[in-house]
Amino acid sequence: MAAIAEFLAAEHRGCDESFASAEEAAQAGDLARCRAVFQRFQAEMERHFQKEEDALFPAFEQASGNAMGPTRVMRLEHRQMRETLAGMEGALAGGDLADFLGQAEALLILMQQHNIKEEQILYPMCDRLLGSAVGSVIQAMRDLAAR
Amino acid sequence: MKPAGLSFEQAPPFGVPLRFFLTAPWFLVLAAALLGWRGPELFASRWSPVTLALTHLLTLGFMAQVMLGALLQILPVVVGVVVPRPRLTAALIHIPLTLGALALATAFLSGIPVWFQGALGSLGLGFGVALTAINLALWRAPVASGTVIALRCALGALLVTVGLGLSLGGYFGWGWRLPVVTMTHLHAAWGLVGWTALLVAGVAYQVVPMFQITPPYPRWLIRGLAPLMAVSLVVWSAFLLGGRETAAALASVMLAVGLAGFAATTLYLLTQRRRKIGDPTLGYWRISMASLLAGALLWLATLLVPALAQAPQVQLLLGILLILGFAGAVINGMLYKIVPFLAWFHLQAQLFRRAKIPTMKQLLPETRIRRQLWIYLTALLLSLAAAVDPSIFTYPATLALGVTGAWLGVNLLNIWRMYRRALRSSPP
Repeated sequence: MAAIAEFLAAEHRGCDESFASAEEAAQAGDLARCRAVFQRFQAEMERHFQKEEDALFPAFEQASGNAMGPTRVMRLEHRQMRETLAGMEGALAGGDLADFLGQAEALLILMQQHNIKEEQILYPMCDRLLGSAVGSVIQAMRDLAAR
Repeated sequence: MKPAGLSFEQAPPFGVPLRFFLTAPWFLVLAAALLGWRGPELFASRWSPVTLALTHLLTLGFMAQVMLGALLQILPVVVGVVVPRPRLTAALIHIPLTLGALALATAFLSGIPVWFQGALGSLGLGFGVALTAINLALWRAPVASGTVIALRCALGALLVTVGLGLSLGGYFGWGWRLPVVTMTHLHAAWGLVGWTALLVAGVAYQVVPMFQITPPYPRWLIRGLAPLMAVSLVVWSAFLLGGRETAAALASVMLAVGLAGFAATTLYLLTQRRRKIGDPTLGYWRISMASLLAGALLWLATLLVPALAQAPQVQLLLGILLILGFAGAVINGMLYKIVPFLAWFHLQAQLFRRAKIPTMKQLLPETRIRRQLWIYLTALLLSLAAAVDPSIFTYPATLALGVTGAWLGVNLLNIWRMYRRALRSSPP
């Protein structure tokens, strides 16, 4: 059963939904709604990153004995997305919806190419590599979210 | 499973895909120039040498150019494997492909064997390097996803297309004795249905759900369509070579139904998109998939009504729908996503926090995309009309194709200019 792949891919889809809502509000020129939706979206992204960085990646690195491989690049890409999210936050703070939408366009591609790498390659590798430990890693990610 | 062997290295340098992308649009302009020069005779038959020259300006100069450049860019993302020595590999593909496309068009126009010989050598080198580099990457893919399966089938089909094309070049260049008509049918089908459609499908499985935020393609389609199409192509080719016309027609029904199914599924998914904001590249996807659906249905009609298959206009309509409609439109739309994103991406990596980076929408304003798209659609419709009535529609089609091609080229050049300006004007 591809447990980690399903668990985390579902989170990606959730983030996609929130992204689309924020973009929709910006397009409609509704700054207040855009700010509210974006804040939720940014928090959702941050929680997802933390689950991976604090629970999944360490487990993968331990099992594979490799901390310099795929997870290193995934962490770099998380940083890149966090920076872009911060840029979008800045645009909203200044009330510049056009700038927000321009940056959103790039964030969507960053997000999706990152998702492709994780869903097509990294998560299936985690499921195979972690074997029976998959359940406890998912539990650890749930516990992080509940904290 | 050795994760250590998996390379997650970041994208290749911007120049690697960009050289292909900046060259390609000008082949549309060149095709329009040829149309303007030779006029309505181009729509007389798909077999006339001038028409073959035009076809190869479009398929080699525009389509293959962008498809190979984009593959070098996306392989690290979708497959997780890097193409070795990217700059050198790109140059060894890009230069011979460009020169080869020009030489082949000249060869068809002049009929001089030495041009065919030059084109053969040049294209053989370019495609040889491309096939080797991309195949090496694909077969090292750590996970065989639906996209990897489709890409492998597409690459196999490219190998067959190039092999047939080089042999046909041998017929013109050195007088090899070959069944030219049958081989040309095979060459065209493997190139358009095998290589092009399967590559677009493999990319669409990822790109459509993720960038338009739609539901995913059905699982059976993702895993099954490409192998089914590849097998059908092999069976069809075998029957055609064996002279079994009826059996070959049955196999081609499978191919046409497969194409129609993919196009209809994609059009349906696009109606389900969660991303509500206007996205100009969406228009290109719709034009492309509608053309593919129309082409596939027209192909089915020729199988049911044999008289249609003999009409030269129908063959031209099929070619225009598949080359300018299906492939050309989706390529144009993808360029408008890839090039501004890559410019932004490389600027962000190099200038981060030292300068304000232009957004994708500043690098390429949406109004420019939208206007160029309308002219592209006009060029497509006028070309279809010219296939039916060349005397009226050839020159309007020529004008529209030239304008839309040049506009695409200028839009992409502008992104590159802004990219370089941003790099130069940044504090060190």
